[in-house]
Amino acid sequence: MGTAVIVAPESVRLMRAHVGRRRRLLDAGMRRLALFAAILCVIPLAAVLIFVTLNGASALNLDLLTKAPRALGRNGGAASAILGTLQMVPLASLLAIPVGVAGGVYVGEFADRRSAQIIRFAADVMVGVPSILIGIFVFTFLVLPFKQFNAFAGSVALAIIMIPVILRTTEEILALVPGTLREASLALGIPMWRTVLSVVIRTGLGGILTGVMLAFARAMGETAPLLFTALGSRLVNVGDFGKPMDSLPVFIYVNARQPYELQNQQAWGAAFLLLLIVLVINVAVRARTWGRAIGN
Amino acid sequence: MTATTPPTLQGASRSAELPDRVFRTGTRVLAWLVVGLLVLIGLQLAINGAQAFETFGLGFITGTTWDPVRSIYGALPYVFGTIASSLIALLIAAPIGILTAIYLAELAPRRAAVPLTFMIELLAAIPSVVFGLWGIFVLSPFLRSTVEQWFVDTLGWIPIFAGPTFGVGLFAAGVILAIMIVPTIVSISREVIASIPNSHREAMYALGATRWEVIRRAVLPAAKAGIIGAIILGFGRALGETMAVTMVIGNAQAIPTSIFGQSQTIASKIATTFNEASVGLQTSSLIALGLVLLVITLGLNAVARVLVVRAAGRSGSTG
Repeated sequence: MGTAVIVAPESVRLMRAHVGRRRRLLDAGMRRLALFAAILCVIPLAAVLIFVTLNGASALNLDLLTKAPRALGRNGGAASAILGTLQMVPLASLLAIPVGVAGGVYVGEFADRRSAQIIRFAADVMVGVPSILIGIFVFTFLVLPFKQFNAFAGSVALAIIMIPVILRTTEEILALVPGTLREASLALGIPMWRTVLSVVIRTGLGGILTGVMLAFARAMGETAPLLFTALGSRLVNVGDFGKPMDSLPVFIYVNARQPYELQNQQAWGAAFLLLLIVLVINVAVRARTWGRAIGN
Repeated sequence: MTATTPPTLQGASRSAELPDRVFRTGTRVLAWLVVGLLVLIGLQLAINGAQAFETFGLGFITGTTWDPVRSIYGALPYVFGTIASSLIALLIAAPIGILTAIYLAELAPRRAAVPLTFMIELLAAIPSVVFGLWGIFVLSPFLRSTVEQWFVDTLGWIPIFAGPTFGVGLFAAGVILAIMIVPTIVSISREVIASIPNSHREAMYALGATRWEVIRRAVLPAAKAGIIGAIILGFGRALGETMAVTMVIGNAQAIPTSIFGQSQTIASKIATTFNEASVGLQTSSLIALGLVLLVITLGLNAVARVLVVRAAGRSGSTG
């Protein structure tokens, strides 16, 4: 508010100066520059999509989807990585959803102002913790004591990344549920816990799901937290969470750095697959949210 | 406020009180688990990294030698690589990001703003490792033959722009980081700008200001703190970013003399050597590196959050 007062005399001076070409040109120039910047921001998206599609689609074949990796420079596939991601990320969700949703419920429904602030702040800061450090953290707890890289540790690391995202969206969505719904339910003699579960969460379910799906997509693409936990593996591992397990991001990382053309091709194929899944989830979820925003 | 609603109303049966208390306590424990995890991450890194600090003291941060054979560990080349690559990213991403945010919030027609915002959000969703793959095979060769070549040819007499160019290196890492942090800067700046009350703008328009003058003299001064917060958040994200950087920075040990030289960040050093490290002083030193990174990013994050929350809270848009 103070700024408007400071601004006024300055602009009065502007008015007295020539309302001329220079100002109009500057205005037009800066507006064009802003448009140019916005276009510049979108170019990398287009470039990544185009190159991953060009290089990846041709590498994506039945072998890549169904065969296990083989020794360097030889044919094989990414089945170990696909199956690994499809096991570790759901387990991570299973761990993260209850914690994240319950945490969000507490912050939104029960917590006093101070607790809510502290938890919210911690969750926000947690999102900013470099994911490789979460990998080290889980390593010291779940890998070092057992002297064995294992998929369970990988899932835990991914879960830690998902929790704050789910907590924050849940809390924000619950704040949008009208208080009259809670009062109506409580007035009917329904206990608090049932009210929260069957009325409040039920009403906000769509929004909570949005948060969960975005966290899911983010976890699918995370590499760094898996390097020291699930490690990666050339063996297809189904169901043995006590052993190392491959994943799509780690597969891409490892194969991108090989000096073999064939390995690099497989990295592109896996990247295409990963990007496809991640973007489809994102577009689907966001399109829904956008639709609702525009509908209102 | 929902929190002030009494847990049970008069008509509720007594038997409902116990489940209520259990439910409440349960959610409270899980919510505080997040705070606990954050503290635990810090503690665990500090405990496991302590050996390195005990052995080398402050010399751990100022030392330039990292030699597992002689058991000497100094972090300076990696601290340098981390800060240098992130600064390059910031120099590129901050002006572009702020201008984009201005365009989206102030200038763009709706039919342009909606899809552009959508696409920038998608950019943020691309996994780091995919950026890395693209960086190795597309971006680095491109930069080497165009931008880097141009700099070396025209400004090569300035030491920091001297060749040789490798494609992969500090500069490529900076560019890829810029791409990765632009969405953060854009989305937060856009929100902050959009939260500025219209009365600010109307006052300027009434005085006959052009659109750019309104932005420059009414909108940006009011949004300054929030935009700085957005930039710091982007910087924090760049510092901790691992995979894409690891894949394009060249993984060299020494401090480069040119911005096209190969380097190593804290995160990329950990990513490339942690698994081969022998348990003991070497692992401890890598974890101590992680602790340094954690302290820097947490500090920056805390400052940025305060700035953003204050900037957005002033107009009452967030609680």
